Amino acid sequence: MQISARRLDKTTIFDVTGDVDLATSPELRKALLHELRDARIPRVILNLKAVRYMDSSGVASLVEGLKVSRDSGAKLILYGLTPSVREVLQLSKLLKIFEIYENEEQAISP
Amino acid sequence: MGRSGLLLKLELQSNPEMLCVVRHALAQLAETLGFSRAECRAVVLAVDEALTNIIRHGYGGEEGHPIHASFRWIAVRRDGKHGRALEIVLEDSGKKIDCAKLCGRPLEDVRPGGLGMHFINECMDAVEFRRKLGRNQLRLIKLLDGPKPEMGA
Repeated sequence: MQISARRLDKTTIFDVTGDVDLATSPELRKALLHELRDARIPRVILNLKAVRYMDSSGVASLVEGLKVSRDSGAKLILYGLTPSVREVLQLSKLLKIFEIYENEEQAISP
Repeated sequence: MGRSGLLLKLELQSNPEMLCVVRHALAQLAETLGFSRAECRAVVLAVDEALTNIIRHGYGGEEGHPIHASFRWIAVRRDGKHGRALEIVLEDSGKKIDCAKLCGRPLEDVRPGGLGMHFINECMDAVEFRRKLGRNQLRLIKLLDGPKPEMGA
């Protein structure tokens, strides 16, 4: 898995590539918590277009990020869900919990 | 395929880095057997979650411990008719798994963790766990399609 960050005004966009699993999810968790809790960025957007696979540890990282965002009054937004990611969020009954968009243009729009 | 129905046998270490290797091999196997793309993803997710449980809970996150995985094409009976299914057996020598702790949590309780066993149960047609001669054995069954099989087939 690879994560790169783009910063636009008060928004950070993470482009995530590859598999998010037991081996790699700690890196995603660390990146999310740093932006939301330490850097106090008001809006963090995750581009998941290139995530081929996500397991329950990846979902747990997203949920933790969501909780921290709510606690700090920030927003965590997802876009570009692949079938694999959509399925695990559906199985977790989390599709309606997250703010999810089809593409970056929609995700960035206020 | 031999008379035992054995398709593939893997011996791996309890190393999270190996999970992606198993996923790719299993995805290819499931596709070759004729499972749909969605079914392939389901089988891969279930096995990945089961291996994650073994690494995290059975071996306490320690690397270098053995995990045995076997994949068989088996006959199952359903509605009085014969069908075929993929049987996956995962064995480890880790500590005894407390199934109650792994049984998941209400999904309405939105918090990190506790989803792995839920994914396994949702993705597979049958799931059996037993402790045998000091080893954990998890048996997973995935039918090509159709209702749940009669276990013990």
